[in-house]
Amino acid sequence: MDNTILSLILLLSPFVGFLFNVFFGKSVSKNVSGYFGTFAVITSFIVTLLLFLDVNSSKEAIEISLFDWISLDKFTVDFGFLFDQLSSLWLLFVTGIGSLIHLYSISYMHDDENMNKFFAYLNLFIFFMITLVIGNNLLVMFIGWEGVGLCSYLLIGFWYKNQDYNDAAKKAFIMNRIGDLGLLIGIFILAYSFGCLDYTTLQMAIADDKGLHSELIPIAAFCLFIGACGKSAQIPLYTWLPDAMAGPTPVSALIHAATMVTAGIFMITRLNYVFDISEWVQVLISIIGAITALVAATIGLVQNDIKKVLAYSTVSQLGLMFLALGLGAYEVAVFHVITHAFFKACLFLGSGSVIHALHGEQDMRNMGGLKKVMPITFWTMMISTLAISGIFPFAGFWSKDEILMTAFHGNVSLWVVGSIASILTAFYMFRLMYLTFFKEFRGTEKQKSNLHESPALITFPLIILAILAAVGGLISLPGNSWLNHYLTPILPKLGEEHHVLGTTDYILMGIATIGALVGIFIAYTKYIKQNQVPSQDSEITGFANVLYNKYYVDEGYNAIFVKPINALSKIFRNNVEPALSELVFGLGKGANYFGKQGKKLQNGNIGLYLFAFVIGISAILIYLFLAQ
Amino acid sequence: MDISYLLIILLVGAFATYFSGDKLASKVALFFGLVAFGVSLVLLNQFNQGENINVLLQWISKPNIHFALNADGLSLAMVLLTTALTPIIIFSSFGNEFQNAKAIYGLILFMAFAMVGTFLAGDGFLYYIFWELALIPIYFIALIWGNGDADERKKAVLKFFIYTLAGSLFMLVAFVYLYQKAGSFLIEDLYKLDLSANEQTWIFFAFFLAYAIKIPLIPFHTWQAKVYQKAPTLGTMLLSGIMLKMGLYSVIRWQLPLAPMAAKTFMPILLGLGIAGVIYGSIVALRQKDLKKLLAYSSLAHVGLIAAGTYTLTLDGLSGAVLQMIAHGFVIVGLFFAAEIIYRRFETRTISEMGGIREQAPKFTSMFMILVLASVALPGTFNFVGEFTVLYSLSQINVWYAVLGGTTIILGAYYMLKMFQNVMLGETNTKVFKDIKFNEVIVFVVIIAFLLFFGLFPKPIVEFIKPGLEVVLNVVNSQF
Repeated sequence: MDNTILSLILLLSPFVGFLFNVFFGKSVSKNVSGYFGTFAVITSFIVTLLLFLDVNSSKEAIEISLFDWISLDKFTVDFGFLFDQLSSLWLLFVTGIGSLIHLYSISYMHDDENMNKFFAYLNLFIFFMITLVIGNNLLVMFIGWEGVGLCSYLLIGFWYKNQDYNDAAKKAFIMNRIGDLGLLIGIFILAYSFGCLDYTTLQMAIADDKGLHSELIPIAAFCLFIGACGKSAQIPLYTWLPDAMAGPTPVSALIHAATMVTAGIFMITRLNYVFDISEWVQVLISIIGAITALVAATIGLVQNDIKKVLAYSTVSQLGLMFLALGLGAYEVAVFHVITHAFFKACLFLGSGSVIHALHGEQDMRNMGGLKKVMPITFWTMMISTLAISGIFPFAGFWSKDEILMTAFHGNVSLWVVGSIASILTAFYMFRLMYLTFFKEFRGTEKQKSNLHESPALITFPLIILAILAAVGGLISLPGNSWLNHYLTPILPKLGEEHHVLGTTDYILMGIATIGALVGIFIAYTKYIKQNQVPSQDSEITGFANVLYNKYYVDEGYNAIFVKPINALSKIFRNNVEPALSELVFGLGKGANYFGKQGKKLQNGNIGLYLFAFVIGISAILIYLFLAQ
Repeated sequence: MDISYLLIILLVGAFATYFSGDKLASKVALFFGLVAFGVSLVLLNQFNQGENINVLLQWISKPNIHFALNADGLSLAMVLLTTALTPIIIFSSFGNEFQNAKAIYGLILFMAFAMVGTFLAGDGFLYYIFWELALIPIYFIALIWGNGDADERKKAVLKFFIYTLAGSLFMLVAFVYLYQKAGSFLIEDLYKLDLSANEQTWIFFAFFLAYAIKIPLIPFHTWQAKVYQKAPTLGTMLLSGIMLKMGLYSVIRWQLPLAPMAAKTFMPILLGLGIAGVIYGSIVALRQKDLKKLLAYSSLAHVGLIAAGTYTLTLDGLSGAVLQMIAHGFVIVGLFFAAEIIYRRFETRTISEMGGIREQAPKFTSMFMILVLASVALPGTFNFVGEFTVLYSLSQINVWYAVLGGTTIILGAYYMLKMFQNVMLGETNTKVFKDIKFNEVIVFVVIIAFLLFFGLFPKPIVEFIKPGLEVVLNVVNSQF
């Protein structure tokens, strides 16, 4: 089939699903609504497979230009697509995991009265995510970039009666827009220097050093990185992601773990040739990534909301990916994006299964002992936990190990920070597992009598994802990496390197594994052997309290940004506006005032007139006298 | 057919509406509004085929004044904006009952007549007459059919009237001076004038006062919020949707080509003023209690950016500004209509008395949401095309202008989403809110369809307006 038609099916199929659910969703049954939405995404997945196979065998990128979109004085931005190794790989897991999560949602959202709306938004999200990935220039990517932000906003605030959720949604949108401004400025600078925005031309222009102001490239890269920080929840723009857990759990799995939040990594990988020549920005990216990985992991240590733990874990893992990006190891970051998508989606969906069984309970202090009643949920989550903790031979082991190895060869301090974050990860993930699934159930009697394993629509995606989390590492084994080979056309440097494992690398692997085991062991001692349960909120003290309150960053942002701007708004409204109004009309009032004073003079007092007359005459005479 | 037919139809329509009586007035007005729109499409077609649809008649021989109407991409785009929005505005008020309806609907068409005249006038004197003529209907509309306390309203509207009139007088002085030099008011004669830098400065600022008040730019905006709040919604729509574009259009048509050196000299100040309006308007909007006032300040922020675009003196800046004028015209009319719909049901404009509407009115919520998103320039909407182009043009002058002007991306999202949350979301309101009716749906659908369609295919509009802007820029650049 013609590639243009294929790409349109790929893109428009979820959009049709969106329209169907918007206009007819209410009048058909919930199952029809759900399955229609799901098949829309599965269709995209199938088309993706075709395109992927095509690109994989031909090694040629497919570029399609549909029409001129925005024409500027110097250049025109067209609405076009680019299917190359990177975009087809990304599409594969976006639509693949997307399909699974749609399937899962049919059961998960079945009791919600607005299920059709949920599927509409989810489809719309996939539509924008595809746009983001397949755009052949920065501006089409920007449509997707802001579009997924919109869907994220709509889905975080899905239960719109709760104003806290609405606040979280609004916060996510606004924080993302701070990043978006950065991204846009980066785009402007690139346009200024190179007079184009499409990837192919841009890459050639940079390769030929055709830029007018190539000294501006690092600044552009910096601005683009701000955009990535917003979307991929890096310091300082990360605080929206934990709050985004207000959305239904499938949303957290799809948007806030597996796909949307990786957009920043996608963009930087896409523009690797821009970042490669922006050294200080790369250093900055590594440092920010490392710090984010560590800070988020420490916060994750003490959270008691099962989804919050996973949220901070996501922020932390994204940090590791940025660490790799900053070191120029784009393929390693991409590898971790993929394995992370598998195990984190599985973990979120698993937590959703637990929350579902407990009728909305998210506090791990009120869980426990679910292993027996929910075996599938338990085992799939266990596999994913082993994967994220970096235990051999699960997927996370390979990808995380590559990040740490890259860090070691890049800068040892980055390796130290990354390793500590990894140990912490192993600890808090097993803490999560122990508290949720082991020992006795700590919830209410009513919950206890209702405990059950989730239905097949929920467990099926879990199983698939767990399998992928187990074996996903196969795509990039050290020394013989399919992924690196596959990505070589877009990351030319890969072809030059021949990664052979040395003794150092085996030692590093050993250290990382021991570290993970130590983390697990501490969690085991605390929560299994000593049978501890985290204390109630009021009893948390000391540094744990600081961690529990996420270093008070939200409070800080509130005090530094939100409150002042609101106070300023109030001052403008109450004082400046009336003052400005007075100022302008002061002119009129002034004229009026002088008029009134003048009127007082004409009061009919002949004496005063005569006096003024004499003074006037005298003044004229004196003037004439002096003039002579 | 030449372009004067359009003016005749609108004028005849105004009188026909007035004499048709209160019952029929709205329908007659809508009919003439639609006919005017149809005629402007026909004229557009003629223009595209290269026909001459301009008008040039000697009106008064001494002083030398012509009845000259010029059509080019720029003026026709603004005319189409006017003739497209006028029927929408008329139709949107079908749910309202007006006393003396024949007068208000007649005045709307009369106002459209004056605004179309302003956009088309190719003679300074004629332009000035149309410019002032447009003020009269809106004065009466706001004064007679407005809301709130009558005394306060009178004060606000009178302030607006005197303020804008006073500003325009400086423009008149400038025109008289130009006439002395050129011996004609015709725009092409005025374009040919070779004015010294000093003269240009004086001319520039005489025009500037008139336009800065009309647009409005800070700190000349103080009439705006009160009038938007007090005027009946259709008056607010006329003001925000079309009338404030008269100022922006005039900057491009008259001010820049007549005094380009001054525009260049003062560019940093002018851009700064526009951008200051963006930031100031956005921040003030954040804490407004009245929905219409909030939208007024959002308008202030948007036109600030548009004005900055015009003062870049670049093709991208000018075309972005024109695109954004059109996009803003549509979206702001839609947003004020949303405010009106809430008022029809809840009889309040105070945001704190709203909330919890979404559950009861899903259709309305979707429409309102899309308009909010267009207003914050989400990519895919026409507003994005305009805003992007303007910000891009600013970045090419100096990237910091784009950074500061770009704060609209963040602040706009902040005040609009906050407003949307307080107005629409939350626990279901105890007061009954009936979802929008067919009539109301149509208004939204037309506006939204326009914004989405041209968000993806802005090319026809861009190509249409470009030649006219290039002519203006040629005049500007010939002086450097």
